[in-house]
Amino acid sequence: MFANYLPTGAEYFRLLPEMILTAAGTLIMVLEPLTGYRRKRFLGHLALAGLLAALWAAVVAYSSPGPAFNRLIVVDGFATFFRVLVIVVGILTVLSCWDFLARHKAESGEFYSLILFSVVGQCVMVSANELITLFIGLEVSSIATYVLAGYLRDDKRANEAALKYFLLGSFATAFLLYGVAWIYGVTGTTNLVDIRQILESRDVIHPILAVSTAAALMFVGFAFKVSAAPFQIWAPDVYQGAPTPVAAFMSAGPKAAGFAILLRVYLTAFGPIDQSWVPFVWTCALATMVIGNFAALAQNNVKRLLAYSSIAHAGYIMVAVATGTAPGAAAAMFYLAAYAFMNVGAFVVVSHISGRGERKVNIDDLAGLSSRQPLTAALFSVFLLSLIGVPLTGGFFGKFYIFKAAIDSQLYWLTILGLLTSAVAAYYYLRLIVVMYMRPAVDGEEELPPLGGGLKTALWASALGTLALGIFPSAVLNFAGASGAMLVR
Amino acid sequence: MTMTSVPLSWYLILSAVLFTLGVAGFLFRRNIITVFMSIELMLNAVNLSFVAFSYQWRQVDGHVYTFFVMVVAAAEAAVGLAIILTVFKNRATLQIDDVDSMKN
Repeated sequence: MFANYLPTGAEYFRLLPEMILTAAGTLIMVLEPLTGYRRKRFLGHLALAGLLAALWAAVVAYSSPGPAFNRLIVVDGFATFFRVLVIVVGILTVLSCWDFLARHKAESGEFYSLILFSVVGQCVMVSANELITLFIGLEVSSIATYVLAGYLRDDKRANEAALKYFLLGSFATAFLLYGVAWIYGVTGTTNLVDIRQILESRDVIHPILAVSTAAALMFVGFAFKVSAAPFQIWAPDVYQGAPTPVAAFMSAGPKAAGFAILLRVYLTAFGPIDQSWVPFVWTCALATMVIGNFAALAQNNVKRLLAYSSIAHAGYIMVAVATGTAPGAAAAMFYLAAYAFMNVGAFVVVSHISGRGERKVNIDDLAGLSSRQPLTAALFSVFLLSLIGVPLTGGFFGKFYIFKAAIDSQLYWLTILGLLTSAVAAYYYLRLIVVMYMRPAVDGEEELPPLGGGLKTALWASALGTLALGIFPSAVLNFAGASGAMLVR
Repeated sequence: MTMTSVPLSWYLILSAVLFTLGVAGFLFRRNIITVFMSIELMLNAVNLSFVAFSYQWRQVDGHVYTFFVMVVAAAEAAVGLAIILTVFKNRATLQIDDVDSMKN
């Protein structure tokens, strides 16, 4: 009798990545007080090993797809895609933070543990099949990220970033939770597939107004997490104030996981009532693209510029969500993968040039980078060109598939405005490249330190990822297409 | 049901009122601690909805959800108060308008 309720071995196997990451994060916390200051890098290597093991586990868990733990989580192609993506972002962040932490004399085990815990939360989010599990994953990820944003606790701007992120984040989460409560009240379940079946059935009369209100309340929470307008106001301040490796992490990992749950909830659970949520996703996509791109034009701080650019990219992905179709979901997945590589890469370069105390983060500080460090400048240009969407980079195919899906769904206005705002975006990205290559270095500028091993690996990996998605997109796109179709069951 | 009981809608209205008060407090109060308390009020308003709906459906699920929400709220409070403390140590103020040093 009782044994029937115990999870089977296969179910634990499906949760293996989360278990490995949690164990590694806890182990690092235990070892932290036992490690001398000069040995902290060892904890970083341990975090890396944990992430690599989790990456392996996420891949092999897909060999036995299916639900687990009374259908609380589900391992399918979609979950596997995003699990791999957020773990890779975690790996890139750990690799790229060593130089930064050493420069600020802030190496400690907590940093790595918090990254691991945040990745655990994101893995739970993307494989959640139920609204409360999704909420728990979201909070695990967010709470760890709040602390990371304020990691340099004597830095005034980092405190401010953490405070703003924390207050606005919890505010938005409360809206999400209120939406969940209403969905539970109307349907009597929080399981996404069951919600879909109840909303689809003709013989149950459900109050459409209550369901639409709940969908809108939940959208507030999701839009905040992915920094979509009008809930994007926190992003520039938080990205500017947070340590740059953390900004790289926040702009890729939690954002990808946020879009993953947005897609899963709206396409799977709220698919039958898409006429009630597509209008506000449409409006949000438009506002996000316009606000992100035009505000980025006026920025002189590179971190802030990249923050607005990440808002703009959230807008493009929102266009894919607004299609409400499987090809749209696949395009969003592909875009998020390409975006993760190019954006993390760009932030890694900024973290390298920013110097002690992150004083050199203005566009002028890039002057002469091509002669000072040709390799860094060349890789930065690859990332920026991909962010523009130049062919042969992942960003090009990302935009191409999104706007193709939008045209197939007759979203002509969004497509036109998306293309126009991308043209605006080209200006501020190209400006960075022009300053790097055309403007001579300021005399008396202190030498940039050479790229450390971790930074170099992270940069090359991001560049290879960006180019691989631009030259051989079909493998990733086919996988995204197949697993995106599973959402609209 | 023969026993007279408080109708579901009363709970939901109370929950909505509490939630709105929380939103208003978040938007209009200027002290960081008060703003933080407003968020807690919003979460508790949601808990009330969960319990009311749970009773309506004759399920135990909603009751369990409130425990999850409480645990998350406690974790959030631990991290949030620590963040507020570091802000206070660096700036010696808890007025939200004074914590605004980043523009362009």
